[in-house]
Amino acid sequence: MRLLKSQINAKDGSGTATLLPEEPEDMWHAYNLIQPTDLLRARAIRRISKTSDSGSVASQRIALDLTISVTSTDFDIGSGQLHVAGKVASENEHVKLGSHHTLDLELNRKFTLEKGEGWDSVALEMLREACETERRAELWAVVMGEGIANICLITEHQTILRQRVEVVVPRKRKGDSGSHDKGMERFFATALATLLRHLDLGSRDAQQDKTVPLLLASPGFIASSFLQYIRAEATRTTNKPLLALLPSILVAHSSGPHIHTLSEVLASQTITTKLSDTKYARETHLMDKFLAMMRADDGRAWYGPREVERAVEKGAVGRGGGVLMISNALFRAQNVKERKRWVQLVDRVREVEGGEVRVLSSLHESGKRLEELGNVAAILTFPLEDLDESDHGEGENGVEGAGEEMVI
Amino acid sequence: MPPKSGHQRAKNIDYDDGNFYSGDEYSEEESGAATDEMTDEDREQMKIGTAKVREALDTSLNITDAQIQEALWHYYYDVGKSVTYLKNKFAPKPQAQPKAKATSRFDQAAGTGNPPTGKQIPDESIRLAPCLGQNFGFEVLYTEAPPDELCTQEMPTTSGFFWDTPWGMVPPHRLGNLTPVHPIGYKGGLLGGSKLQALAAKRKQKEAMDTRITSPDADKAVSLLDKLSFKDSKPATRNHEQSAHAKYPSRKRSTPSEDAPPNPTSDPAPEPETEPAKPVVEFPDLRAQPSMFGATLCGLTEEHREAEVLTSFPLPYTTLEAFRKANPFDGPSPDDIVRQAQARGTPKPKTTPKKTHGHGDKLAESVDKLAVADDTSRVKSKNLNVVEEFEKSGMKRIANFVVIGHVDHGKSTLMGRLLYDLKVIDQRSVDKLRKEAETIGKSSFALAWIMDSTSEERTRGVTVDIAMEHFETSRTRFTILDAPGHRDFVPKMIAGASQADFALLVIDANANSFESGLRGQTKEHALLVRSMGVKSIIVAVNKMDTVHWNQARFVAVCNEMTAFFTSASFLPKHITFVACAGLTGDNVTKRTEDPRASWYTSKTLLDALESVEPAKRLIEKPLRLTIGDVFRGGITNPISISGRIDAGSVQVGDIVLAMPSNETATIKAIEIEHETVDWAVAGQIPTLHLTDIDPIHLRLGDIVCDPKNPVKLVKTFTSKLLAFEHVLPGTMDIFRGQLWVEGKITKLSAKLDKFKGDVVKKKPRIIKPGEVARVVVELEKELPLENGVRIVMREGGKTVAAGLLEG
Repeated sequence: MRLLKSQINAKDGSGTATLLPEEPEDMWHAYNLIQPTDLLRARAIRRISKTSDSGSVASQRIALDLTISVTSTDFDIGSGQLHVAGKVASENEHVKLGSHHTLDLELNRKFTLEKGEGWDSVALEMLREACETERRAELWAVVMGEGIANICLITEHQTILRQRVEVVVPRKRKGDSGSHDKGMERFFATALATLLRHLDLGSRDAQQDKTVPLLLASPGFIASSFLQYIRAEATRTTNKPLLALLPSILVAHSSGPHIHTLSEVLASQTITTKLSDTKYARETHLMDKFLAMMRADDGRAWYGPREVERAVEKGAVGRGGGVLMISNALFRAQNVKERKRWVQLVDRVREVEGGEVRVLSSLHESGKRLEELGNVAAILTFPLEDLDESDHGEGENGVEGAGEEMVI
Repeated sequence: MPPKSGHQRAKNIDYDDGNFYSGDEYSEEESGAATDEMTDEDREQMKIGTAKVREALDTSLNITDAQIQEALWHYYYDVGKSVTYLKNKFAPKPQAQPKAKATSRFDQAAGTGNPPTGKQIPDESIRLAPCLGQNFGFEVLYTEAPPDELCTQEMPTTSGFFWDTPWGMVPPHRLGNLTPVHPIGYKGGLLGGSKLQALAAKRKQKEAMDTRITSPDADKAVSLLDKLSFKDSKPATRNHEQSAHAKYPSRKRSTPSEDAPPNPTSDPAPEPETEPAKPVVEFPDLRAQPSMFGATLCGLTEEHREAEVLTSFPLPYTTLEAFRKANPFDGPSPDDIVRQAQARGTPKPKTTPKKTHGHGDKLAESVDKLAVADDTSRVKSKNLNVVEEFEKSGMKRIANFVVIGHVDHGKSTLMGRLLYDLKVIDQRSVDKLRKEAETIGKSSFALAWIMDSTSEERTRGVTVDIAMEHFETSRTRFTILDAPGHRDFVPKMIAGASQADFALLVIDANANSFESGLRGQTKEHALLVRSMGVKSIIVAVNKMDTVHWNQARFVAVCNEMTAFFTSASFLPKHITFVACAGLTGDNVTKRTEDPRASWYTSKTLLDALESVEPAKRLIEKPLRLTIGDVFRGGITNPISISGRIDAGSVQVGDIVLAMPSNETATIKAIEIEHETVDWAVAGQIPTLHLTDIDPIHLRLGDIVCDPKNPVKLVKTFTSKLLAFEHVLPGTMDIFRGQLWVEGKITKLSAKLDKFKGDVVKKKPRIIKPGEVARVVVELEKELPLENGVRIVMREGGKTVAAGLLEG
């Protein structure tokens, strides 16, 4: 994303920023930046119908700059498209004030954003992050199992499942081991063909000379078998781009064929050494640290909105190791008040307490893990007990089953 | 041996064939019988007949008694006919003269005809071959019929009587009708091949020439005479036969009875008679056409050939008695059967809704609507039978057990040894495996390879997938589910354990690997099988040979494991320890002879397996089968599934419902342990061949159930769980038997008291290992899960918790 023009008043956060999205991932940043009540100005195409004096209706499509007051945003992760709906906020010779319009933000088409509530610290941080041009790490990953492969693209800020390949592989049966081997062969062939289609090696090499690493992860030996297959296939077909890719293929161990095992893959030693300083690797590492403390149960790791807020109040998330982990999903809250609550929390930790704040991308596995824990978690500087005490009162009473025999 | 024997067989056939048909004694017997017959029975009649004919005949004619007798014989003692025949024959003397000149062979026959009759008896070797040749036409047909029938039968009225008689299946009523008046010996000419045909053609040409010279009448007379001279013709044919014999001995030997040389005297007879106008050249062609088989089957006479062959072709079997008696329309026609079945089928769907209305169950009703064509009531009535059938069958106990334990503790090898010692696997295949294993330097893996059949498993030396094998003892039919021990394949092990009645835990007796197993899968597997409802466990302390059958080591392992099992709430009475060595086979099926193991007096592994009490079968519950594999069972069975029947029973023809796809299928066939059966009951692991369903609707872990009692699909459920690790809300791998899906623990509702189930703490923020809690789980997609189903939760390759579905 390129920041074309910035007129933000540092004091009260008023002002506008004009941005030019250049990569699909910029759409993700835009999605995080644009909030309801914001004013967004962008090029739009709108059908205008005019009723002439004689009563005939002439309809016409014209391109025009529209400013809308955002009511909702819609982000399509797969295609990276962002649709922003809102009401027209500035008068225009063709469009009436207050009429609805949905802007489709496109790559290489600038837009101007003015925050309704002013640019707060989180928004500014996001803006800065969005405009960082260096460190654009990218990684393709295939998480595989027997007969199942999830092809995903891991970028700095998101993990996108591009395609899932599912092939029925017959189980081994007595006197019929051939069908299993054949099934695996077919599965590999399908997976590789699909992968190559997504990698688009030919055109990519023309654009930039850096090769994107490819990560193969699976339980057992499937990933290494697949690598063997790719190698054999590349030599057999003398696919030059694929041969060039071979050295940058990593094989890792995952516990299962599902995408959520990626977090475990990315945390593993072999991967972190290769992809050390990337955002997702750091996020994953942090999440692991938190979970380890959680298991240790020494009262220094807490999750859940109320608990974390309480901990911050008590000053436990401060200098000397206090970390606040917060998912950016909270900042996309449709409710302005809700967003304010989290921005204040972040500001407090960062400025008053002096703790560390990490905004985790909800599109990464670590962010998803955090989301399951209530979108916010904290590592405290000193143990606190019973932060969840007061919850007891509101718990439901009826669920308790009669003391039947213990299952397990 | 086999190739040689094959060759020999071919030879033998040839030889036998020859023997059978050429069988000298055979034909001898025939001809002997025929001659005996004539002399024995008919003498008197013959005498009377001869006297009468003499009277009737003009004395001017110079006719011998023998000639009269011949005529009588052939006209079946009909004096009138014989007389006319003789008159015809002998009246035109001057015309007969040139004929005799031309047909020298006939002369030969006639001339030599009488004297050799006496000769025949002494000179057998000469006599037999001519007999064959001449009698061929009926000789074969006589085979089953007593020759006297020949005489009692009426004379034939149509000459082509035998043309449609099937080979070797002559109905008795037709046997005697054969008459030498129209012998079908010419067939021999068709069979023999080109030389003989050429011979016949030549002869015919010659005869054609003759006909121009001789009057047809005269010719006819000669030929008739020739035919009449039943005995006399023998020498004539003998001459011919002798030459044929000399020229083609092999041919004669191979199929002499069918392939008899053409009767030279019979051929010319019909030709001049029937079609003097037709171009003569055609005949050899016509005769050459039918194949040997065709000729024997149809036995067309000359007349028929001309009259009918070209216009119509009657079925050869229609005159058979069996054919005429068989009424193809006395049973219901196939259409009727279908209509009846439909009629039977249609009212039943009408009755089923009534039944379900009685229940008032909306769901059942809707399902019934789904299965209108299913004929469900019939299925139900049979269902009862299956239960009875099962009780009646007195089937051996069924026991499925899963083999669990840490990787490389010798599970597959132990099972391979068990199968080998029980002779389920033969020596040859084991030798083969051993050889293969040695070539890649893993000779100790040979027995394991019985279970590990895929190339990947063999090269890596690790079981990857469950292997299923069967064996039976005098009391029980066992199914082995050999689970992989590697931690990556725990999901497969869970799939296997879900099908098992009890577990066999294999532990390496070596101190080091025992310890690593305890940290690894030994404990995990044991906990898993326990949490999946397995109550009995046999612990095979394996590789005892490597620790020199040290009793102290065995006891140490037992103690440690007993402590662990007790903590995992196995009852001590359900735990059996066995000391054994899979590689050497000690204490597997037979007691070890190792002196160092004398301290061990307890059961062998096989004894221990047999002594396990089988689990109770839920045969009468509605059908539940978890799909363990979907595959192509062959060309005839394009869609097959296998899996354990958890409850209920199935039978061929049942309609089943696959969930969650909610598609019905019909069971075409059921196989258990590679044998086709009619039904299967809970506890068995059958292969079902299905029809009427697309394979995309069947996935591993799907439930096949009774359409009337379908499994409900759930997306969110509450579960009571026992934590093995720390449990936090988050994404988990959820296992239910074969099923492996992503799910999320969205809420930790309460921590429960381990023994009483009371709530200890609401909304705990973390569940520690060993604690019991109630959680809410949200699945990625809807799945067929029922209350009381046991699930396993894993995360990051570790088993986190085991749960019981509460709804």
